[in-house]
Amino acid sequence: MSDHGGDRYGGCHYYGEHHGGQHGAEHHGGDYHGHGRVDGLDGPEGFDGRGDRDGGRGALVVHSAGLHTSVQDAGRDGYYAIGMPPSGALDQFSYRAANLLVGNPETAAVLEATYVGPSLEFTDERLVAVTGADVQASRNGEPVPSWQTVAVRAGDVLSFGMISAGARLYIAVTGGVDVPPYLGSRSTCTLVGLGGHEGRKLADGDRLPLGTEVVAGGPPPEGTAVAEELRPEFPAVMPLRTVVGLCSYRLSEAGMRAWLETVWQVTKDADRVGYRLRGGALEFAERAQPFGAGGEPANVVDLGYPVGSVHVPGGDEPVVLLNDAVTGGGYATVGTLVSADRDRIGQTKTGDRVSFEPVDLDQALAARRDRRVRLYRVRDAVLG
Amino acid sequence: MVRTALTLPPARYEYGADEFVFVEIDRAMSLEANFKAMTITEALRARAPEGVLDICPSNASYLIRVNPDRVHPGELVEELRALEEDATELTSEQELTTRLVDVPVLYDDPWTRETLLRFRDRRQHPEGTDLEYTARVNGFSGPAQLIEALSGAPYIVTMIGFLPGLPFSYQMVPRSRQVEVPKYLRRREDTPERAFGYGGVFAVVYPVRATGGYQLLGRAPAPVFDSTGSLPDFRAGIAFPRPGDILRYRAIDRSEYDRVRAEVERGTFRYRIRDYVFRPADFLADPDGVTGELLEVLYR
Repeated sequence: MSDHGGDRYGGCHYYGEHHGGQHGAEHHGGDYHGHGRVDGLDGPEGFDGRGDRDGGRGALVVHSAGLHTSVQDAGRDGYYAIGMPPSGALDQFSYRAANLLVGNPETAAVLEATYVGPSLEFTDERLVAVTGADVQASRNGEPVPSWQTVAVRAGDVLSFGMISAGARLYIAVTGGVDVPPYLGSRSTCTLVGLGGHEGRKLADGDRLPLGTEVVAGGPPPEGTAVAEELRPEFPAVMPLRTVVGLCSYRLSEAGMRAWLETVWQVTKDADRVGYRLRGGALEFAERAQPFGAGGEPANVVDLGYPVGSVHVPGGDEPVVLLNDAVTGGGYATVGTLVSADRDRIGQTKTGDRVSFEPVDLDQALAARRDRRVRLYRVRDAVLG
Repeated sequence: MVRTALTLPPARYEYGADEFVFVEIDRAMSLEANFKAMTITEALRARAPEGVLDICPSNASYLIRVNPDRVHPGELVEELRALEEDATELTSEQELTTRLVDVPVLYDDPWTRETLLRFRDRRQHPEGTDLEYTARVNGFSGPAQLIEALSGAPYIVTMIGFLPGLPFSYQMVPRSRQVEVPKYLRRREDTPERAFGYGGVFAVVYPVRATGGYQLLGRAPAPVFDSTGSLPDFRAGIAFPRPGDILRYRAIDRSEYDRVRAEVERGTFRYRIRDYVFRPADFLADPDGVTGELLEVLYR
């Protein structure tokens, strides 16, 4: 989102635009047959004749990167106080479910693809799972189901059709995406261009190392699926449960009503940094400007922004700050999405509609527990 | 013993949904409000409570990031209220072990000048520079007199955030002498890395190239953020400034700017730093006396 220096300036200051060189288009003599059950994954580092390039381990070769695909995990904790946002998968439920389906620890690194999926070639035998938005995934051009454990072999190519509902895909591969952790996480921070793969979204020709760690007991068999009723829904108006507060005293009564009663539309300024919404105007309460706040009605003395908080810079376009957002600033925050509903907003795209539903702390905690219980049910299904 | 009552309204406790607690000490900025926020957050940090992920003092408020699976935010608020009870006054026995740091700044530099002219339509004053505008709205005769005021008295870091390592800096002078300036009407899409900016009553150094809304008054040759931690001052962490640091934004000329840049690029640059035991109560009782002393310590 341009307002906060999002993708536009991410990455290019610490890293070259490309570390190119390795192109997926290179020839390799692997065969393309055999999409059946992988015969055990005790050796996920299985050689394909090119193993030494990846230190004897498999890799993902990025044929086409999609629109905005980045490496993400559970996020980077403990650096908010120096101004580093946590990053991490926006839709944590779909992300964690994808890992469970391939036998990874729940918080292994995956790919998060926005709007348009990538095309990926595998260099060894792996399990892969696609979750999140509704999309037709294909293995070597043949459809494979989402929300299921799928086996791939060296030379197989995973690709995607258009997303039909939702906004973000999660692609988990056995062993996880094994880019070097930065400050304890493999998540890409698009705000400042750190972490993940060279601090940036993927580009055509990238090559991502894959890890070897799987959960005790090994991965689930191919065809393991997450039940339909556990998967996210994409209603025509996405309800965002919100704890109203922080500096909501800045809104007039009419402003508060307008915020909570308007159906808002997602603008094109919608990315991992934040979502700008349109559809109404919010009136501020009259006041004498406090010392140090700056001159605008929306200004407050600069303060910390919770992840998921909503502010209204100009009074007409609410902005929901997400996982890669700035950690503070001088605009009045009026409430915060419950953490579980960052999953929901992360599955909305430009033109989609959302509404804010006020809840209290207990309901926010209950929403968090509900998501946890849904993940337990996924885990139970995966463990059989 | 000096005793200073912190005559502030009762703090306001708010939940940033399930993962954050926001505590507003005051709606107006003051050193009293910041010292109270620092006192409470320091006490909390010392207790290292279970489930607290981040403790972020922020000007006249503070923000706590929690893992609600490990601590109920409501219980944390009870603990914070108890800490507030103990933070209603400052005595000269209360000390802040901090650092005095010399931060060179090239005011009126060519790079931010180019940027501010590029974003003419975002500014209150399409003609002239941000320095000229800031000088005018604060009643200075011109940029030279403004620079003297900015460079003269040190600043205390009252918040780190927005971007990694960005120090919100509040000048250690009585309110009547605070420089205050509106932010841009609309945000710029670009700000040079290490730009020295001013918005409201806060001076900042932009850690990276980014969008921004502060008036652009100069550029620092030395970084406040180093993602690789390669410069000696960044071995302990990728962000150099810390809350409570006392920074002097000293005016330098172009030749010193270039000299410092060369040191940064060679990887040899070190800030001039002096450890200092700061007594907020003493400062509030005699601001000019205390800042005179700490500048003397810094350049001794």
